[in-house]
Amino acid sequence: MATEKLSIVKAINASLRTALENDPKVIVMGEDVGKLGGVFRVTDGLQKDFGEDRVIDTPLAESGIVGTAIGLALRGYRPVVEIQFDGFVFPAYDQIVTQLAKMHARALGKIKMPVVVRIPYGGAIGAVEHHSESPESLFAHVAGLKIVSPANASDAYWMLQQAIQSDDPVIYFEPKRRYHDRSEVDTEAIPGPLHTARTVRQGTDLTLVAYGPMVKTCLEAAAAAAEEGRNLEVLDLRSISPIDFDAVQASVERTRRLVVVHEAPVFFGSGAEIAARITERCFYHLEAPVLRVGGYHAPYPPSRLEDEYLPGLDRVLDAVDRALAY
Amino acid sequence: MTVDSTAARKPRGGKRAGAKKPAAGAGEPELVQLLTPEGERVEHPDYAIDVTPEELRGLYRDMVLTRRFDAEATTLQRQGELGLWASLLGQEAAQIGSGRATRDDDYVFPTYREHGVAWCRGVDPTNLLGMFRGVNNGGWDPNENNFHLYTIVIGSQALHATGYAMGITKDGADSAVVAYFGDGATSQGDVAEAFTFAAVYNAPVVFFCQNNQWAISEPTEKQTRVPLYRRAQGYGFPGVRVDGNDVLACLAVTRAALERARTGQGPTFVEAFTYRMGAHTTSDDPTRYRRDEERELWEAKDPILRLRRHLEREGLADDEFFAALEAESDALAKRVRETVRAMPDPESTAIFENIYADGHALVDEEREQFIAYQASFADEESK
Ligand SMILES: Cc1ncc(C[n+]2csc(CCOP(=O)(O)OP(=O)(O)O)c2C)c(N)n1
Repeated sequence: MATEKLSIVKAINASLRTALENDPKVIVMGEDVGKLGGVFRVTDGLQKDFGEDRVIDTPLAESGIVGTAIGLALRGYRPVVEIQFDGFVFPAYDQIVTQLAKMHARALGKIKMPVVVRIPYGGAIGAVEHHSESPESLFAHVAGLKIVSPANASDAYWMLQQAIQSDDPVIYFEPKRRYHDRSEVDTEAIPGPLHTARTVRQGTDLTLVAYGPMVKTCLEAAAAAAEEGRNLEVLDLRSISPIDFDAVQASVERTRRLVVVHEAPVFFGSGAEIAARITERCFYHLEAPVLRVGGYHAPYPPSRLEDEYLPGLDRVLDAVDRALAY
Repeated sequence: MTVDSTAARKPRGGKRAGAKKPAAGAGEPELVQLLTPEGERVEHPDYAIDVTPEELRGLYRDMVLTRRFDAEATTLQRQGELGLWASLLGQEAAQIGSGRATRDDDYVFPTYREHGVAWCRGVDPTNLLGMFRGVNNGGWDPNENNFHLYTIVIGSQALHATGYAMGITKDGADSAVVAYFGDGATSQGDVAEAFTFAAVYNAPVVFFCQNNQWAISEPTEKQTRVPLYRRAQGYGFPGVRVDGNDVLACLAVTRAALERARTGQGPTFVEAFTYRMGAHTTSDDPTRYRRDEERELWEAKDPILRLRRHLEREGLADDEFFAALEAESDALAKRVRETVRAMPDPESTAIFENIYADGHALVDEEREQFIAYQASFADEESK
């Protein structure tokens, strides 16, 4: 058995290593990914073992990184690019939105865009501006992109494998505050489909839906609620585009209440999409409106205030109380 | 060595900042240098400069205090008082030389490392620490000293600087702008676009690049195949490479570039060739990508030591001066330490402040909900 307990960082590293070994067309590129191994050490040791041709330290230019990855993909390569921090993806946003997302459709399906954009995202690491953003909705709104976010090491490993093998562009959001959380990874398992949600805790009273960094928070909230005799179900969405609405619907039909939790601002966020769809699908099952917990309509605050800004256990439980009070 | 642009416009005021030499040929260019590493004054045909002993001592004082401030901030980070610090160690001459070349009505657009320039602009150094401590995302009023907020997204501010400079031209004013950025930043589209706009609109802006040899772990060779100062030629304005560890040369070259800008001759690109002696930031581990010997080579070119040698060999400063400065440094460090430790966390409702100038209904609603939610805990506690 190839089962090992790994941190998310190590799991992504192992996944990149496997991909580089298995497919000579896979290329890792980004700022500082070579000798330094990336600022989070996600690419540690890869350049040493696969050389500067496969693991490329790029110039400090995000538009350039994604734009050239598009060109490499057109030439048959499968680039996996690293954006150093969430807040620095925006110089590349143009390339991602106007080019990467639309290329397949514009070519009438004749060309494929197997590009993975890895973005460490989210807060709670005490960083300065632009290092704690959760911009997933800005990408989810764009047709042509697929968006995933693992919440544990096994998913980190397997979802990256699947993203690299996908012929569509995948934005792979890495929950940086969970980078060092360790869990079992079976590198010989047969993974489930990339875009399905997973029930990580079964319950009967209410469904908590989350992805990436908030899955752990929701599990903690469910554990705390259990002490008060409440039995919460927790769904790890895993994929933000597409969303596995069937799984959410099935859960809500049983629990009849739904709270969606994410770090990104609530306004126009992924929670709004989930609330709307589930209201359409489950109107007669719902005992309470779908509630959302997330960031405020405010710039990500300086780090001394991030605990107030980010949804924590208490805010999740507060929403649970409100949903159960209907 | 300078590269002159054929596209340079006629000066508005009729002043010409001195004819420049033709473009440098292949090979490594000479640096503009006025003070050797041994502290000896040398002449340069294009950049003659007269400085009084008092001015020299002033530049020395600026560099010493800036370095001390920087060292104190690094220590405060290690002690957990700051979340992060981006040290300028080794770049004092580039910053003080260029900063002292600016006039009060000029405007400066820094990155996140321009603590020495901030000093020259009169920004209280303790104001720089708020964002690194995590109590704000800026920390000063940019218009108070014409010193813009630090910019973390690489290269963005080059465009802001250029736009500001375009505004100066529209107003018919004769002030100028300096945009700071690193060698890595020259790879960003924003910087290339800033060069284009500045050239096309003949904007009074000086692009001051501190080439400290590294962009985190990547050496300058990962950004460019030509010496950076030569880029300017392709945009149609002059590029100059100056010894970034020579405060006099940095002062002279920036002064000349600002003079060009003021007199309607458009932008200049200054590449200050220097070295980042420390880590990129306190989060970085340079031992993973860089050899100690390199730093040792550059220590021999230390900008502060160089001016000190000059002051001593020319008898321009006595023991009393150095002792007084040491005491002033200690006092500054103490003030910085005390101010930072006493810096309170912001009120939690600060999250909702200053988001819109004209207000926003959703922000008001969320603020109310937030306050009510916080108050619910207080109610719990009082039960
Ligand atoms: C758009 C963007 N991409 C990436 C980063 C992360 N980052 C911060 S500093 C830095 C290196 C900057 O190097 P350089 O421009 O040479 O300036 P220096 O810090 O060496 O003065 C990088 C990659 C960033 N701040 N902004």
